[in-house]
Amino acid sequence: MPQANENRHIGSKMTDSKYFTTTKKGEIFELKAELNSDKKEKKKEAVKKVIASMTVGKDVSALFPDVVNCMQTDNLELKKLVYLYLMNYAKSQPDMAIMAVNTFVKDCEDPNPLIRALAVRTMGCIRVDKITEYLCEPLRKCLKDEDPYVRKTAAVCVAKLHDINAQLVEDQGFLDTLKDLISDSNPMVVANAVAALSEIAESHPNSNLLDLNPQSINKLLTALNECTEWGQIFILDCLANYTPRDDRESQSICERVTPRLSHANSAVVLSAVKVLMKFMEMLPKDLDYYGTLLKKLAPPLVTLLSAEPELQYVALRNINLIVQKRPEILKHEMKVFFVKYNDPIYVKLEKLDIMIRLASQANIAQVLAELKEYATEVDVDFVRKAVRAIGRCAIKVEQSAERCVSTLLDLIQTKVNYVVQEAIVVIKDIFRKYPNKYESVIATLCENLDSLDEPEARAAMIWIVGEYAERIDNADELLESFLEGFHDESTQVQLQLLTAIVKLFLKKPTETQELVQQVLSLATQDSDNPDLRDRGYIYWRLLSTDPVAAKEVVLAEKPLISEETDLIEPTLLEELICHIGTLASVYHKPPSAFVEGSRGVQHRRLPARAGSGESSESPDVGQPVGAVPDTPPAVIPSQGDLLGDLLNLDLAPPTSSAPTVTPSMQMGAMDLLGGGLDSLMGDESETPHVPSRMETQSPQSPSECSHPELGGDIAGSPAMGAGLASAPVVMPASLGAPVSSGLDDLFDLGGGVGMPTGAFVVPKTIWLPAMKAKGLEISGTFARRAGVIQMELSLTNKAMSVMTDFAIQFNRNSFGLAPAGPLQVLTPLSPNQTTEISLPLSNVGPVMKMEPLNNLQVAVKNNIDVFYFSCQYPISILFVEEGKMERQVFLATWKDIPNDNETQYQIKDCHLNSDAATTRLQSSNIFTIAKRTVEGQDMLYQSIKLTNGIWVLVELRVQTGSPNYMLSVKCRAPEVAQLVYQCYEMVLKN
Amino acid sequence: MIGGLFIYNHKGEVLISRVYRDDIGRNAVDAFRVNVIHARQQVRSPVTNIARTSFFHVKRANIWLAAVTKQNVNAAMVFEFLYKMCDVMTAYFGKISEENIKNNFVLIYELLDEILDFGYPQNSETGALKTFITQQGIKGQHQTKEEQSQITSQVTGQIGWRREGIKYRRNELFLDVLESVNLLMSPQGQVLSAHVSGRVVMKSYLSGMPECKFGMNDKIVIDKQGKGGTTDEAGKSELGGSSGKQSIAIDDCTFHQCVRLSKFDSERSISFIPPDGEYELMRYRTTKDIILPFRVIPLVREVGRTKLEVKVVIKSNFKPSLLAQKIEVSIPTPLNTSGVQVICMKGKAKYKASENAIVWKIKRMAGMKESQISAEIELLPTNDKKKWARPPISMNFEVPFAPSGLKVRYLKVFESKLNYSDHDVIKWVRYIGRSGIYETRC
Repeated sequence: MPQANENRHIGSKMTDSKYFTTTKKGEIFELKAELNSDKKEKKKEAVKKVIASMTVGKDVSALFPDVVNCMQTDNLELKKLVYLYLMNYAKSQPDMAIMAVNTFVKDCEDPNPLIRALAVRTMGCIRVDKITEYLCEPLRKCLKDEDPYVRKTAAVCVAKLHDINAQLVEDQGFLDTLKDLISDSNPMVVANAVAALSEIAESHPNSNLLDLNPQSINKLLTALNECTEWGQIFILDCLANYTPRDDRESQSICERVTPRLSHANSAVVLSAVKVLMKFMEMLPKDLDYYGTLLKKLAPPLVTLLSAEPELQYVALRNINLIVQKRPEILKHEMKVFFVKYNDPIYVKLEKLDIMIRLASQANIAQVLAELKEYATEVDVDFVRKAVRAIGRCAIKVEQSAERCVSTLLDLIQTKVNYVVQEAIVVIKDIFRKYPNKYESVIATLCENLDSLDEPEARAAMIWIVGEYAERIDNADELLESFLEGFHDESTQVQLQLLTAIVKLFLKKPTETQELVQQVLSLATQDSDNPDLRDRGYIYWRLLSTDPVAAKEVVLAEKPLISEETDLIEPTLLEELICHIGTLASVYHKPPSAFVEGSRGVQHRRLPARAGSGESSESPDVGQPVGAVPDTPPAVIPSQGDLLGDLLNLDLAPPTSSAPTVTPSMQMGAMDLLGGGLDSLMGDESETPHVPSRMETQSPQSPSECSHPELGGDIAGSPAMGAGLASAPVVMPASLGAPVSSGLDDLFDLGGGVGMPTGAFVVPKTIWLPAMKAKGLEISGTFARRAGVIQMELSLTNKAMSVMTDFAIQFNRNSFGLAPAGPLQVLTPLSPNQTTEISLPLSNVGPVMKMEPLNNLQVAVKNNIDVFYFSCQYPISILFVEEGKMERQVFLATWKDIPNDNETQYQIKDCHLNSDAATTRLQSSNIFTIAKRTVEGQDMLYQSIKLTNGIWVLVELRVQTGSPNYMLSVKCRAPEVAQLVYQCYEMVLKN
Repeated sequence: MIGGLFIYNHKGEVLISRVYRDDIGRNAVDAFRVNVIHARQQVRSPVTNIARTSFFHVKRANIWLAAVTKQNVNAAMVFEFLYKMCDVMTAYFGKISEENIKNNFVLIYELLDEILDFGYPQNSETGALKTFITQQGIKGQHQTKEEQSQITSQVTGQIGWRREGIKYRRNELFLDVLESVNLLMSPQGQVLSAHVSGRVVMKSYLSGMPECKFGMNDKIVIDKQGKGGTTDEAGKSELGGSSGKQSIAIDDCTFHQCVRLSKFDSERSISFIPPDGEYELMRYRTTKDIILPFRVIPLVREVGRTKLEVKVVIKSNFKPSLLAQKIEVSIPTPLNTSGVQVICMKGKAKYKASENAIVWKIKRMAGMKESQISAEIELLPTNDKKKWARPPISMNFEVPFAPSGLKVRYLKVFESKLNYSDHDVIKWVRYIGRSGIYETRC
């Protein structure tokens, strides 16, 4: 039989290519004649010519009837050619296509299974309604044909028909027949049926078409061992959509899928990896099998890297996902990702990405040596990425930072333009990560100032000059040189230049006044860019009114940048893991991003882990599923950041920004009611949260200059909230403001947002236990909301009978607190019921000094009896909103109060910085009048006014880096000092 | 699934265009030509997305094969399919070239119709395809009903890669163990990384449907059998390797689809019905206890700023009875080299300025020998502060044994229906070890 093939080979050698060369005029006419020739050979030649013309894009549809006439033939080759023609042109000539129907129907009855299959296969490809109608009957027969070859073809044909007319397929009951084919004895029929069903199911997301259950899964797993490599892929891809009922089923499927990891076909391997990665999710981690499975995954993934380059690329894109999801699988395999000289560029770039992800202290020396090699290669993109990678290593592995920096310096010495620029961009990030460590290299960087022509590098360099202006003698000259072409620069550079010069001014005010004025006027008056103008105005206003505040804002300590940049967001990562091997995993985008229509819009999720209590993974696993619940608190904008975000927006129409403000305020209020304000407020001061939030905003631009910079200078600084919020109080808008209406809007906003509404509220405690009060249990707390003191009570009926007729009364007390209204319990309290009451209090009741001072004696009456109890209120509920003293008055009062009245306390283990403390205290109506910084120690001067008009003055000393605060309280009524101290303790630590 | 398949020549002219799905229009053909083939820059990715349409391409010589889709297809599968398509075409008409494609375009359309249905790859084993896609055309009519159903059951069956009824007068099989050994060694002779990637290529000329079982000295199998297990049945091959290693640890291996994977997974035995003719039975990778056929000992001395003295010794580390061939040592020289004097004991050495290296070639070298080269390199004085990076010395060679230590223990053939037994089959085993990236730092 091999001899027969030889003959064919020679026979066709000199014939077919000539069909491509006929380009003369009148060709169609000639072809027509030949097609109608009586000679079989001539006919066949003519059809071949027609197909060749069709291939190169010529329109030969005019020959339709003539070609279709050739259909009735015993010659299989000719028949196939005519079919090919039909598939191409039937749609444009639907009426004539009908002529072919008879032949199709007849062929479907042919004794030769190859011809039956050919007919049904071709018919499905002719998208003409009239033909589809005739297709149903032959298809039905073919689905039950005795020959597996016909059945497997018919299975695919159902999918074709569904694509043309979904309703018809359903009405004719083909879906059920297709489902039956899953149990067919022939593995290829099973595989094609699975493929067809999977495709149909995709356009019916909610139908239970595939109906995967343990029985059908078992059938699929059996067929998996027997069918072709392609069939195995269809089955594995289908399996990946199944969610096992429990970890045991999950394990048994995994066990039957793992042999596929040794298949020579990379697609089979990747699809098996997908199934395993997904089902593994359900296995308990302490299971031995879990560890075994992890170990089994690494070798096949490494083997994929010896495939052809295109497949390597697909594999590498997938490994990138797998490494993010389960870093432990490949952590020892760094070396296989080293770039080879002959790798195509797309493989090189992907390998580099994975190298950085796998870099750790253990292998960093090797990685750096490699990266240094790469930085001397030819391809510009690759070299840039390598340089950037060196910077990322420095940020990721602290121990290597020094070596990385010196490597980067070596690279800068090469003077290769793009290398230098890239190096400067990453060095800026290294400065951000390790402040005050590597600034000695600044001189070298400055030497290369002139060669920078890319915006990102220029912006990075300007940032460095501004940030370290005090160490660079000629910082003003350097920045001035940039200023000359200000309007030709890109926005990124302009913004950076503006900030840098303001920084410079704040550091060296005497020499740079002219420069700062110049840049402010360039940014505000000569620029059309709203971002730039707004930032300019903010600086201008800050500088002209309160240079101290300006310093706090502009020179605020920046949050450290995150180590792991450009990680894929966890939910997307999960979805992509479910799409391993597919285009989605290559693009790193969900299918909905590049697939039209309903297909692929379904979002896939990893199954939840079975077993007890193990909701999140151990910390060494990187980005676990469990990390998701951590994010929401960070997403709620705390006030400082909200302002920062607003500053990023265009401020012009205040109305449009209002909605952004309200949700956060409502959020705050809701939290207050829930007693959970601390989470909201705490967020503001915990710097580690800030970078994580920035990351979620821009996961794709890790080292982009503009983002962290704005974040660092304005949004990221907790001082901003306080600084801006206090601004309108201190000075009227007209005072020395250079311009304009837009600014007023800003300060309106500032006032609205910056004013904190709520103070800390102690959780409810039980005041009156049920056993002492014949079944009535009272718990409660005090709060101050919008200037009104509230007593918040929970009344619980733990008796057997209904309670009614509630009333409340206070004994005389130190500050004259009294119920402002009756105790309103609306309905009778039935057994086991609890009611929440908020009782407003006034401070005009009779006064009697109590011991302790904040003691309150209460009487509650109901239909059963009268009960007495006493409770203590935090003094902070007495702090009024008008407690901010004028500076001058403060100074005078402080001096006026005798030193004997000063009491000192120490607050231990408080980890807020002074700015966060300020904000938090302010929400409890403790106002900061001034701040002085002496030798790293922040002195906050604060004032409080009680409801009875007593002023309390406080000096709070915060030593940077020390958790202990010193508190000095001065008051004409020294008895309150202890209570004030308690109040500070409470507010600062909760 | 795959929406269409196009083949272009180097100019971007379409040679073959087959559309499987309605969502792929004629303009897709042009989109790929304009955006990829005629693109000014080098191709940056084998997957290109143009207007929500994804193009996968591979290149063979100057022919482009492109698969098109609008769906979220299995990307690995598409590439595997394109490679397979190339294999099939090569098996039918030899080299993939513009001329061959034009000469066989009818055949290619017929193949495309058969191996891809609605974009789903179907059986693409040439063994099976050649039974019914022959371009003889008329064949259909002369087949008996039995013959027809034999074809269809083979195409759809479990053993889609082999047809029934193959007959040889002489049953014969050839096994080639081809390995490439990779090394990175420090100047002090410490192995920084070493691995072997190997392939077992089989040429089988066997009658009927033979059931084969392949055995090698896989550590897991040998350990399982314990001492005094089965005797070595390879017999026919007395192979090299200096150490008498009993077994080797295989990091990973993959198999041709004919191998029953679940059996390998459970029993670690390799059993299969082979395709007819040549195919790759398995690939494997090892990293432990590799026999490094050559050791390179470099000595570089800088004499002042304008002279460099280099001495390199190579030692062959295998049985003295074996011969290594095609030995080539490439010793890098600095960019500012102005002249080189070389003395070598064996072979020929030459300074090649274009490669910035001294290339030393030795035709043959027996095991347990050593040879030496010394060179004086004169340098032009430069004011370049940067030190010469000293790239590693690399080596090429070919040796007649498997550096991984892999040995074929047996390949048993059973064919119950025909009257030939395992003993009648003539078996040949050959081992070839080649250098991959074999480098020593200096």
